[in-house]
Amino acid sequence: MRADKEPGAKPKKRRSDRARAEARLGWMLAGPAFGIMLLVTLYPIVQALWDSLFSLRLTAPDDREFIWFRNYQVILGDPAFWQSMGVTLFITVVTVLLELIIGFGFALVMHRAIKKLRGFARTAILVPYGIITVVSAFAFFYAFDINSGGYVNSWLSWIPGFDENLNWFAYQGTSLTVIILSEVWKTTPFISLLLLSGLAQVPGDLEEAAKVDGATGWEVLRRVILPNMKAAIMVAVLFRTLEAFRIFDNIFIMTAGANDTEALSLLAYNTSIGRLEIGLGSAISVLLFLSVLIIAGIFIKGFKVDLSAGRNS
Amino acid sequence: MRTTKRIVAGASAVVLAGTLGACSAGDGVPTLTWYINPDDGGQAEIAASCTEAADGAYRIETSLLPRDAASQREQLARRLAASDRSLDIMSLDPPFIPELAEPGFLAPVPDELQDTDGIVEGAVQSASWNGELVTVPFWANTQLLWYRKSVAEAAGLDMTQPVTWDQIMQAAEDQNKQLGVQGALAESLTVWINALVASGGGKILEDPEAKPDEMQLGLESDAGKKAAEIIGRIGSSNLGGPGLPTADENASMNLFQGDNGSFMVNWPFVYPAMQGAAPEVVEDLGWAVYPRVDAGTPAAPPVGGINLGVGAYSEHTDLAWQAVKCIVSPENQARYFVTNGNPPSNLAAYDDAEVNEKFPMASTIAESLQLGAPRPQTPYYNEISIGLQRTWHPPNAVTPDTTPQTSTDFILAVLRGERLL
Repeated sequence: MRADKEPGAKPKKRRSDRARAEARLGWMLAGPAFGIMLLVTLYPIVQALWDSLFSLRLTAPDDREFIWFRNYQVILGDPAFWQSMGVTLFITVVTVLLELIIGFGFALVMHRAIKKLRGFARTAILVPYGIITVVSAFAFFYAFDINSGGYVNSWLSWIPGFDENLNWFAYQGTSLTVIILSEVWKTTPFISLLLLSGLAQVPGDLEEAAKVDGATGWEVLRRVILPNMKAAIMVAVLFRTLEAFRIFDNIFIMTAGANDTEALSLLAYNTSIGRLEIGLGSAISVLLFLSVLIIAGIFIKGFKVDLSAGRNS
Repeated sequence: MRTTKRIVAGASAVVLAGTLGACSAGDGVPTLTWYINPDDGGQAEIAASCTEAADGAYRIETSLLPRDAASQREQLARRLAASDRSLDIMSLDPPFIPELAEPGFLAPVPDELQDTDGIVEGAVQSASWNGELVTVPFWANTQLLWYRKSVAEAAGLDMTQPVTWDQIMQAAEDQNKQLGVQGALAESLTVWINALVASGGGKILEDPEAKPDEMQLGLESDAGKKAAEIIGRIGSSNLGGPGLPTADENASMNLFQGDNGSFMVNWPFVYPAMQGAAPEVVEDLGWAVYPRVDAGTPAAPPVGGINLGVGAYSEHTDLAWQAVKCIVSPENQARYFVTNGNPPSNLAAYDDAEVNEKFPMASTIAESLQLGAPRPQTPYYNEISIGLQRTWHPPNAVTPDTTPQTSTDFILAVLRGERLL
């Protein structure tokens, strides 16, 4: 401290000292958080990468063996992995599409609802999103499961040709229907919330100008509203795609992967936690992580194009 | 505001009381943690009475494991692999014992607890690995054949004599009734397959002690094919009801209690459960030893239950074994049966008057336990069990011509590390 006050010291150096002290302070303040972030995100990823190169079973620690990329070879050559990948992609595409359509409808309702009803409409639409996924999964399971008195079959009994004894969780198609239904019910509000913010950004004068020019409601939607909320749509689709790709809870509760409904995350869970095959399970997790990275990469690239296109117009 | 304050004060008092309670453990008495599977409070009661009987030598505290056996195994295996010192006593599901014994996760059973006189055979087998007792049998479960007396009578079956699967399938079919069996993609399906294969004179695993790449399965045999034929027939003829592909033990019981109930294979827990839920069914209820596959060969009923092991990393293995000795005493087993409905592994407990009064089928349970066929005892049981479930599900797709072979090929490939499960 005394050194700072010495008259001979150069002002430049003093500033640099201060800058250095500030930088040090910055590191002291942000460092722990940075370190913790590294620890909780990077460390498990690196550990999983390392473990995936071993043949390692938790209950046979002495048989641990370094096998390079053989786990990946086994996984990528196994129809079960591709079956899981197919199911995961199917669920992702169908849920995101349905949620986008229904979510946009909800967003319009929330946006256009008269002021008095606006609060009620928003709350009602957002309620499912506030429910924990496992809880909603159980709710759907008990509604459809005929062994524990599911009531949906009796509701649908008026439909001609509908079998009241239909066991929803005994077939792939019907199981996936319920899984997708519960996922759509639970997360559509999320997409509609994002789309609502996009809708709010569409300039009102553009819509009015279009109407003055004689555009129909459909044309206004297609030519004015949708192009102006492209960014919001892309963000909503990206977030939901990444989330839907990691689907776990609904399948775990409803079928536990029976009838070929096992998604990738469930396969990773069953291998590393259920079978205690740490090496093989880590390799599946790494592949899942890479898939998520690829999806994010594709979308972000798509973003750039769209954003610049928006600016050009 | 006042209410909030009161709530905060109340919560603090509860937390404080909990902390003080924990502090009182510092009285020098070693505390043993007993990891228990969920029950109706019977194990906690035994822990309290054994603590009292120990007279200050040790104190037993219970810690609850997850509900299903597979999750219990996962938690125990993870803790043991991490050398968790808190695992003093563990309630272990029999099929997973070899997997924990093989890497040395279980402390050796002392000589004084090696005596297996008077303990049912199935329980002794399930408590052993490599021909040595590695855990101590606590309670032993078995499945019985439960039937509606009216249905059996109408079918002209003499239930005092052993019955076969063909007979009960025919009886149910003739009267448009349904059978209570467990066809869900779960451990209960493995239990069913194992009982059928064993009763047909076969074995799922030829040499349980072999290395995974040298293992040989016995599914592609007459016994395996007959087992597939029975499951396939029940699955495809709607004999198991529309809920069969997702039916667990509770679902089977619900089916049996319903209008179309006829016969059911299930654990004894159904008896107290049905007394509460469907007393009119209990009046018409009969029980017998598990059905045979062939009239000429004895039945091989499923056995389960819980054995007690001591963790290899426990700081008090000697005291833990002393506690185990107290827990498995015939008196405690009899009391546990009466209060929680879990049958004893010690035959002496079946002489208890209260046991026989509360469970009139106690002697049938004891007989069934003596005949019981444990599931394959191998460190790779989990792979075999899930492999079976994957290939024998749904029951209507099971056929004697393809299922045993597909199943064998798949399980062997998984064991060799060439396939995912």
